Formats: sequence, structure tokens, C-alpha cells
Amino acid sequence: MKHDQVPAELLERYAAGDPGINPDELWAVEAHLEGCASCRERLGAAVQRQSPATTALLARVGDRLAAEIAISTTMPRRRRGQVLGRSRWLLPPGLLARLAMTVLLVLAALSLDLVDQQGRGEYPSLVLLFAPVAPLLGVAAVWSRRLDPAYEFVMASPRAGLYLVLRRTLLALMVVIPALAAAGWAVGASPARWLLPCLAFTAGALALGEVVGLSRAAIGLAAAWVIGVVGPSMLTATSPVLLAPGALPAWAALTAVVAIVLALRRDAYTGLRSGH
Amino acid sequence: MVRAVDAAETAPTSYAWAIHAEELKVRAGRRMAVDGLDLRMGTGVHGLLGPNGAGKTTFMRAVATVLRPAGGRLTLLGETVNGRFDLRGLRRQIGYLPQEFGFYRRFTVREFVEYIAWLKEMPSRDVPGAVQRAIDRVRLTDRADDRMRTLSGGMVRRAGIAQALVNDPTVLLLDEPTAGLDPDQRLVFRALLRELAVDTCVVVATHLVEDVAAACTDVVLVDAGRLVFQGLPADLAAAGADVGATGADLAADSPAERGYSIILRRHRERIGAQP
Repeated sequence: MKHDQVPAELLERYAAGDPGINPDELWAVEAHLEGCASCRERLGAAVQRQSPATTALLARVGDRLAAEIAISTTMPRRRRGQVLGRSRWLLPPGLLARLAMTVLLVLAALSLDLVDQQGRGEYPSLVLLFAPVAPLLGVAAVWSRRLDPAYEFVMASPRAGLYLVLRRTLLALMVVIPALAAAGWAVGASPARWLLPCLAFTAGALALGEVVGLSRAAIGLAAAWVIGVVGPSMLTATSPVLLAPGALPAWAALTAVVAIVLALRRDAYTGLRSGH
Repeated sequence: MVRAVDAAETAPTSYAWAIHAEELKVRAGRRMAVDGLDLRMGTGVHGLLGPNGAGKTTFMRAVATVLRPAGGRLTLLGETVNGRFDLRGLRRQIGYLPQEFGFYRRFTVREFVEYIAWLKEMPSRDVPGAVQRAIDRVRLTDRADDRMRTLSGGMVRRAGIAQALVNDPTVLLLDEPTAGLDPDQRLVFRALLRELAVDTCVVVATHLVEDVAAACTDVVLVDAGRLVFQGLPADLAAAGADVGATGADLAADSPAERGYSIILRRHRERIGAQP
């Protein structure tokens, strides 16, 4: 149908508003015109030849529109540097504040580590110890009524759900993990030791958060880690077993299991079940 | 072939009511705010009236699928909401202006509406045009690229209405849309409502009886989570007109406002007499 054209004679009759055209032909002409720019152009020329009434009407509409446009408010020029579609990459302000806080905390741990290394160097690296739970501060703000002003809109939208949660988590990790990597590089804590625990905690918080609320899950996991691992290793001044290279397969297995749990609950975070 | 109107748009609807609540119960915190509500709403503008705490906002949130019904049945566009988890298709057809809403203050009006359009999963090809149209409809064209924090309260409200309109919803829920609008803007808003009434099921929850009398095709009065009255705005005014018959000494100004008070009082007397 693409290269077909409405016959010139039929088009002239159509433009003139001939009542004698068969309904089926009429329908075919109109359906074709909707999709064919070149035939529409020919129709324009045919209308000018065949129907002075239509031409006059078009001119009248044009005049009236021009008058209305002249008195209507004009839209201001787009701000410089404003990019179309930027909005979808913007994060809730509460999350941004949390991410800034996380970076400051990493810097604080880094400076304590450096002080310790200048001295006797007896304590395990704080950057390494806190790295697994570092993203939780930000993750807690990914899906929170208190920290996201537009929460009600997000909750009612079709995009609400795991996809949006993961997208925001990913953006948060893209800030936290480079900061941790830089700090870890300065004190000799290789990402190989903390990256998997970091991901396991993040995924664990998301999976638990669906049941008890994301803030509560993040606080609970961070508290458990600090009390169970960070505290004892600072008191005994030994590096924790859980962050030894031998524990990595266990972390990998844990991350995989949690990721599968998350993937199975695809209806998570759609609003109705988790009323947090 | 590219068609200007696709088949889905002209398909006949397979449901009788856009919103159909049967014995609906919805909890707000611990309280049962909507308690056995029976309601049917089709195309048109429905004014949802009621005293404070009558369950208007809770009902709106349930219809926006933000709150899950605690009992009864809620059917939207022919689909039952209870117990369903895949609500994406339904949510794409809903526009919702919450009573109180936050926004990201550094967003411009356009970015705010654009963000909501993205959340509503609109095809990105359609977004710029739809956003512009929504902003034009609420008369914010000249402020489109100003940041949200520079807007007055009424303008923020209008930006809120624009985001609800952006996806051309089949069910449009507006909770207190006229709060903070000046009289001139309220007239513009009423004209917009009449325009939408042609093909949309609009629910306007409000305290302002005169808004309902002026722009709605249907009045719904709720009290304590139950339906008290559903009828034409003229019926409401008629109830207020026979003020002498009831001996009411109400200081209300318009017949519609008098009607509202009288119907509500009669209902409460009837409820009070029952137990």
C-alpha cells in the first residue's frame, strides 16, 4: 500500500466534497491520507483548486489564530544548560544528603586510619571495617516516605516497584563505591575484600526492607554488623575473619541467594503490600 | 500504516462504571476511615463532599491504589483492585493529585511534570508534547521553566493539577484542587473540569460546596466513611430550597450549601435514632 496513491480524479472529487463517492472508497481514501504525506500534499493542492469555501475557512482560522497567538503569553526561552529528560536522573534530595554524609564518614574513617598508620598501626583499617555497611545510609533513603517529598506520587505511579528501587540504589552505589575504592586504595584495603560484602548488605537491606521497611532494615543490619564485627575487632585489634579472603565464597553465595529472593518477589515495593 | 487514532482508543468499554465500590472498607492508620461505602461513578465530574474526617482523602488514596482495601470490593475500569499486585496497567490510566504533596524544590515546573510523566511510563516520544499541553491547560506556560520553589501556593497547586493531567487519564482524582487558587483561577479550573467531563471520570474531593454546584455533574456526600447522598447538584440545591419545611435556621448563603447542611443533619439524626 506504501507506493499506492489515491487516483488524481478521486482526490479532486474528494477535495470538492462530492457526495457521490462510495462510502468504502471514501473510507479507503481517508485511511490512506492519514499515513501518506505525499498524498496529503496533493490533497492540499486539490483543495485550493476545487473548494474556495475551504480555502476561505482556512484563511479565517489562520487569521484568528494569529491574533490569539499575538496576545497570549509566550513561553520563556529554555534556561541555559537545561537538558531535556534530565529529570529522570535526579534523585530525591534526602538521598543526596545521605550520600554526602556517607562520603564525609568515609573521609573521617580514612583520616583515622592514616593517623593510626603514622603511629603504631595496631588497629585494623576502619575503612575496611565500615565498607560493607557504608551504602546502607543511602539505601535507607531510596524508598522512604520521610526523606522523599514526592513519595506519594512515586507510590501511585506504575513505575513504583523493584525497578525504581534498584535504579536509585544503583545511582547511590555509583557514588559510594568509588569513594570507598579511593579511600581503600589510600590505606591498602583492596576492593576485592569489601566489594562483595558491600553488595550482600545492600541486597539484604532491600530484601528485608520489603518486609519491615527499608529504614528499619538498614539500621538493623548496620547495627548488627557494628556490634557483631566492628566492635570486637576494634577491641581485640584483629582483622575480622568475615573480611578475610577465605570468606569471599560465602559472601558470593549469600549475595546470590538474596538476589534470587529479590528477583522472585517482583511485586515488591509496589505500595500496596509494603505500607511503610 | 500509521493511524492517528489507534484501535484501543475507540474500543467500547467493557465496564459499566469507571469506579465501583461495594461495601468498601479502607483503613487510615488504625481507624477504619472508609467503612462500608457503596458507590458507582461513571464518566463525568463527581464532587465528593463531606465534613473533615469523613474519609474523603482515604477513599481517594484507595482509588489511586496507594492504600489497599481492608474489606469489600473496589473495581476500577472493570478490574478488581483487591489482592492484585500487578497494578501497572491500571495505574497508567489514573491521574492523582494528593491533598498534600511534596516536590523536589530545585525542579522546574517542566521537570516536575516531566518526571511524573516518566513515572507514569509514558513513551518518551510523547513526553515533551504532553508536558507542554498539561502546563498550558493550567495556565502556567509563562512559568514553565521557573523552579518550583519560586512559585506561589496556588501555582504549586496548578502544577499539581498539570502532573495529574499529563497522561490523559481515564480516572482523574483531585483532592482539594482549588485550595489556594484565586477566584479567577478557580473559574479557569471549572472550565477545565467541564472540558474533562466529556470523556473522563473526574473525582473532586473538596470542602467548597460552590465549586461542586458550579462545575460538577454529580454530587456525592459522605460522612463517617459511608455514602449519605448521591445525586445532581440541582438535587442538593432543591434540598436547601425547602428550608422552611424543615424549620432549619441555617446561616448558609447558597441553596447548595443549605442543602449540604440539611442532608448531613438529617442523616446524622437518622443514624443517631437507630441504635
